[in-house]
Amino acid sequence: METKFEDVSRRSKILQALEDQDTSVQFEDPLESEMILNMGPQHPATHGVLRLLVKLDGETVISCLPELGYLHRGYEKLAENSSYHEFIPHTDRLDYISPLSNNTAYVLAVEKLLGIEAPLRSQYIRTIISELARISSHLLFLGSLAMDVGALTVWMYSFREREKLYDIFENLTGARFTTSYARIGGVAQDLTPEVAAMMKTFLAEFPKNLNDCEKLLNRNRIFIDRCDGVGVISREQAIDLGVTGPTLRASGVNHDLRRATPYLMYDRFDFEVPVHEGGDSLARYYQRMAEMKESAKIVMQALDAIPTGEVHAFKPKKVLPRKHQVYTRMEELIHDFMLINFGIDPPDGEIYFAIEAPKGELGFYIVSKKGEGHPWRFKIRSPSMVNIHALPTMLKGAMISDLVAIIGSLDPVMGEADK
Amino acid sequence: MGLEKAMGDSFVTTKLGEAINWCRKNSLYPMPMGISCCAIEMMAAAGPRFDIARFGSEVMRFSPRQCDVMIVAGTTTFKMSKVVRKIYDQMPDPKWVIAMGACTSSGGMYRTYSVVQGIDLFLPVDVYVAGCPPRPDNLLNGLMLLQKKVQRGESRGNAPVYVGDFNPIPRQAV
Amino acid sequence: MDNQTVLQQLQSRFGDAILSSTDYRDELTVVVSKERIVEICSFLKTDPALSYDLLADLCGIDMFTPTNRFGVVYNLLSLQNKHRLRLKTFTDEENPRISTVTGVWGAANCHERETYDMFGIVFEGHPDLRRMYMPDEFEYFPLRKDFPLMGIPGSLPLPKK
Repeated sequence: METKFEDVSRRSKILQALEDQDTSVQFEDPLESEMILNMGPQHPATHGVLRLLVKLDGETVISCLPELGYLHRGYEKLAENSSYHEFIPHTDRLDYISPLSNNTAYVLAVEKLLGIEAPLRSQYIRTIISELARISSHLLFLGSLAMDVGALTVWMYSFREREKLYDIFENLTGARFTTSYARIGGVAQDLTPEVAAMMKTFLAEFPKNLNDCEKLLNRNRIFIDRCDGVGVISREQAIDLGVTGPTLRASGVNHDLRRATPYLMYDRFDFEVPVHEGGDSLARYYQRMAEMKESAKIVMQALDAIPTGEVHAFKPKKVLPRKHQVYTRMEELIHDFMLINFGIDPPDGEIYFAIEAPKGELGFYIVSKKGEGHPWRFKIRSPSMVNIHALPTMLKGAMISDLVAIIGSLDPVMGEADK
Repeated sequence: MGLEKAMGDSFVTTKLGEAINWCRKNSLYPMPMGISCCAIEMMAAAGPRFDIARFGSEVMRFSPRQCDVMIVAGTTTFKMSKVVRKIYDQMPDPKWVIAMGACTSSGGMYRTYSVVQGIDLFLPVDVYVAGCPPRPDNLLNGLMLLQKKVQRGESRGNAPVYVGDFNPIPRQAV
Repeated sequence: MDNQTVLQQLQSRFGDAILSSTDYRDELTVVVSKERIVEICSFLKTDPALSYDLLADLCGIDMFTPTNRFGVVYNLLSLQNKHRLRLKTFTDEENPRISTVTGVWGAANCHERETYDMFGIVFEGHPDLRRMYMPDEFEYFPLRKDFPLMGIPGSLPLPKK
């Protein structure tokens, strides 16, 4: 049995060993104190450059503070200085996991501002590529969550599927990844029968490959134990914090912008909006798996129903003319020159347009001034920024090892959160 | 060498420095400083189709103390530059840097107030890989160029110290 | 639930706090006075018929006019009626201050921090008003119209080579 004297001297030795010039932690009793852990911007599992300052009591998280801004590239000021057409490649780099979806969202917002409508065939093509981008984004979510939790095989499987999607995108748009495919008034190139055949082949094998991944995870004791009941956010908290997308639907709220305010061709297709109760990481995982299957259904229906026709609207003063006409005819040459150098001439006004991006509600708020080719104010409502600020609510009472599973199930993308 | 012609295929003669450089070039462990979009193409280069492991980069070690080459992939902002430099300083010699993509080479398409116009303003860079983002095969090409540089024993950072070199003063490569 | 009904309800209840309204491409924008913004927002959220419970976006805007230079724009969405509404308030250049709406919607927390970082508009009553994207020591406000796109040389530190 230790006497009081020995107890005190042992404690002072621990104190001396722990305190040195590099720590700035003050405490009276070193074995019962809180610690601030810095899960820094460079970390294998933070899905990009996210810095989390976590206050810990032993291994339990008391509170956390996300710090953003390590990828702030100044998009909004850049948009005020470039024309509407010049900004399309920049929208690729917002949510860089599903660039086709962002292109479509931006172009739809500008078309709403100008009051023009793209032809029917290009609307179908945009629907198809938005859904394929959703599948690609959710596949990356699947791979990253599984890898963070420990199942590396699933990462390899999902990247194999994503490579097939990259082949389709490359054949359709010319680039694997940052495509800049949508244009104001239509899309850049038409969908050839070869690409349609590639899409059909991919969709034919997709359910079986997804089933392979599910077999590895759905009834896996370790995966379920790591994700069940972890990172719970209730329905009211989710709506109050502005969370949207699969995270909101996994907390029991039936809100999908494709049904609430339909855009593109979504009101013509038959698909379900899955909703899960529970609000924990496992519910978010099931939610995204179900959404992938629904997206595959939409693409199949769209490929069967796509009409023939033009993919470019005919609005000479607002839509870029086709290149072969620019090289041979006078008016198209003049319009091309004016549009590229001075930009579109929009009316005075402001709009807010949002789509259901794979991560949530991606919205663009554009204020335009008549006579100027670039917007006066351009605000990007990024879903990942709002979702990340729901982390402190989700992390209350979790352990350190749950942090990784929670961030993985939230699926943030820093290019979008930091703009 | 005359000895090899006489004795056949059973051994090889070379200088010790070249043998060590050969070992170094075939086992370059990358430190993935994946910041934004180029990180996705770097992950695809590590994926099953464009396998980076067949070039010797078997694992992407996330601890800087265990790596040789730092692949900076993504736009570097002023706020992030301090972090990148800190991690570069923690890597042990010899070390190399691959600047992947347009944003790290020269600021890319972002000429704004918060983006560093090229990481060579604060890091010594060995290989620049062009593209936005570069295809994974392009990154592998950059890695092969770096392997040639390692074989010659050059580095923009501190020059590698040879085993048996009795003047271990960090010297700038030619 | 359409634009006319919402506008009538707001005007009948708040009268002269509603300064003007526009309807462009089927979207209703209402300009309100900044003193009663919290009251108007709580009414819009708690009223069972209107129920704008999701704050989709909160941003600042620099009109670059001599008076009423800075504005704050609130984009609201009602989950039950599937209707969107936009509120705008304006404030002056010398002392841009507006009361915070974090008490009404928790989502306003991060958006108001971003607006403070980019424009310098101070939100009174905000629990944690500090910069979000730029480093804490940065002295300027990037999205104001008088800040150049390339930035001010020397305003951000770079490590030595």
